[in-house]
Amino acid sequence: MGKVILEVKNLKTKYVTRFGENVYAVDGVSFKIEEGKSLGIAGESGCGKSTLALSLMGYYFPPLHYMSGDIIIDGKNISGMNPDEVRKTILGTEIAYIPQAAMNALNPTQKIIRFIEDVVHAHDPKADKKVIREIAEKRFAELGLPAKVLDQHAVELSGGMKQRTVIAVSTILNPKVLIADEPSSALDVTSQKMVIKMMRELMDKGYIKAMVFITHELPLLYNVTDDIMVMYAGQIVERGTAKEMVFDPTHPYSHGLMGSILVPEEGTRGHKLTAIPGTPPNLKHPPDGCRFADRCKYAAPECRYYTIPEKEFGDNRMYRCLKSLDELKEVYDHE
Amino acid sequence: MSEDRIVPSKDFTNAPLCLSGRHVTKVFGFGDKKTIAVNDVSFDFHEGEFVSIVGESGSGKTTLSKILLGLLNHTEGEILFQGQPRDISTGKKRNAYWKGIQAIFQDPFSSYNSFHKIDSVLLDCINMRGGKNLPMEKKVEMMTEACSFVNLKFAELTNKYPFELSGGQMQRLMIARIFLLKPKILLADEPTSMVDACSRATILDMLLQLRDEIGMTIIFITHDIGLAYYISDTVYIMEHGKFVEYGKADEVILNPKAAYTKRLISDVPKIHEEWDLSTVELATE
Repeated sequence: MGKVILEVKNLKTKYVTRFGENVYAVDGVSFKIEEGKSLGIAGESGCGKSTLALSLMGYYFPPLHYMSGDIIIDGKNISGMNPDEVRKTILGTEIAYIPQAAMNALNPTQKIIRFIEDVVHAHDPKADKKVIREIAEKRFAELGLPAKVLDQHAVELSGGMKQRTVIAVSTILNPKVLIADEPSSALDVTSQKMVIKMMRELMDKGYIKAMVFITHELPLLYNVTDDIMVMYAGQIVERGTAKEMVFDPTHPYSHGLMGSILVPEEGTRGHKLTAIPGTPPNLKHPPDGCRFADRCKYAAPECRYYTIPEKEFGDNRMYRCLKSLDELKEVYDHE
Repeated sequence: MSEDRIVPSKDFTNAPLCLSGRHVTKVFGFGDKKTIAVNDVSFDFHEGEFVSIVGESGSGKTTLSKILLGLLNHTEGEILFQGQPRDISTGKKRNAYWKGIQAIFQDPFSSYNSFHKIDSVLLDCINMRGGKNLPMEKKVEMMTEACSFVNLKFAELTNKYPFELSGGQMQRLMIARIFLLKPKILLADEPTSMVDACSRATILDMLLQLRDEIGMTIIFITHDIGLAYYISDTVYIMEHGKFVEYGKADEVILNPKAAYTKRLISDVPKIHEEWDLSTVELATE
């Protein structure tokens, strides 16, 4: 077992609406990532994937609020820190975050090199601009980005190039963990492949030590990450290696998700797409018992009354369902 | 989805023609700044056929779809609707053409007038199709039927505005509109790119149902080749305004001939084959 880079223990965060209502978007999430590993988070829209990504940064601003739990990066607990301190000491050096529309975040009036200077100066206000340029040029060359990009403005770059630039800029200080929230969903397939290749390169060269990758595109997740967690209504419902999760999902929700995979391969036309009816529950009033019970084909009355525990099994796998593994296997085989 | 869906792509060569194009070209600008968005394409879409047009961004898919809808005029060539040359020179003729062809667009949020309630969106569809003098009960019945076709409850939607729905629900409501209008051709321009994998399956099921139950021709425009393979009978692959390859979905996807198709397929992550990252070079100039 390698060194644990990111450890999250029972993290709970909430949104507070204008009317004072609480939305429990991340409700008791725990996981570990070892050095050199990547973790994928899958789930529908509205399941709390993006909120989890925001919460992992430890950088909370309203309406997002921290409730309880620990985020430990390489032995350092960052949960509950003051946002200003987080920005100065954590963001960029310990953890880097790439939001969904990262490429739209570039200020069109600034050259790319200015963003890099900004990042470095946030941590070391006295850093020399010449040194920064040297570092930037070296890093850009290693990642296959042309050096002239540094002196260009965001509008001169294509979508894929902008996305890659954002990733290069945000990892310039070698953060330990990179959190990528749908980094490639707005790109076409070739640019997507380039972005993924670049992230792989960052991992291989040791600039980042661990990665959290969020997307709803399961074939992509399968190819990019080592482990996959499936998230539903603010909770983790299943965890396992990518291969196990795609070919042998346990939880009824992951089973449904994996049935919606579409790839241009033989056999895709034959299998029937499974659609999970309904929508995720309203997290203002999370249901008692199993949160998936309302949409689950196999739900029994008792599913709605008991709090469902996380059940560990096999080699570091986990699922959250009242039914036993054998019972679940039986119902899937029966279909 | 109907259970008897034939898995190998159906052969449509002898089916009656629905929409065809002969040497359709669209040029934007002129002189040095000329862009040829659609370059001399010819196609035949048959009745009841599920056609996908696949290409990357900038390949001219959307321009072609706008030409097919009559929203843009093509520069050269001819478009035939049910065997007759299409005439949309006047507003009246255009309205008549739009009885035959309808569309679902990528962004459901901008497809609705945010000041109109959902009832009125659906009522308009009924009124437009000669149901103006029907009693209200009948109209409600029709709207309820359309909503239940797309797994929505009409009773929950009355008196709501479009922004109160989620993206997936809005896109399904678009399909309910199509169900009421019953056009000959449905043009779907990336209807699933803004929804997640789960609602995507639901929407695809509904499109297949429309085709199987009403016999609609569906023209599906997408950049996702896996999706096109799953759903369509015929696939057209578009690159720089030209069809580089077309044919039955099985043949094109499992046995691609054009280099562009091969590249598109190899760039998509798969689950049974390894995804070869070495085929792309991180550009170094």
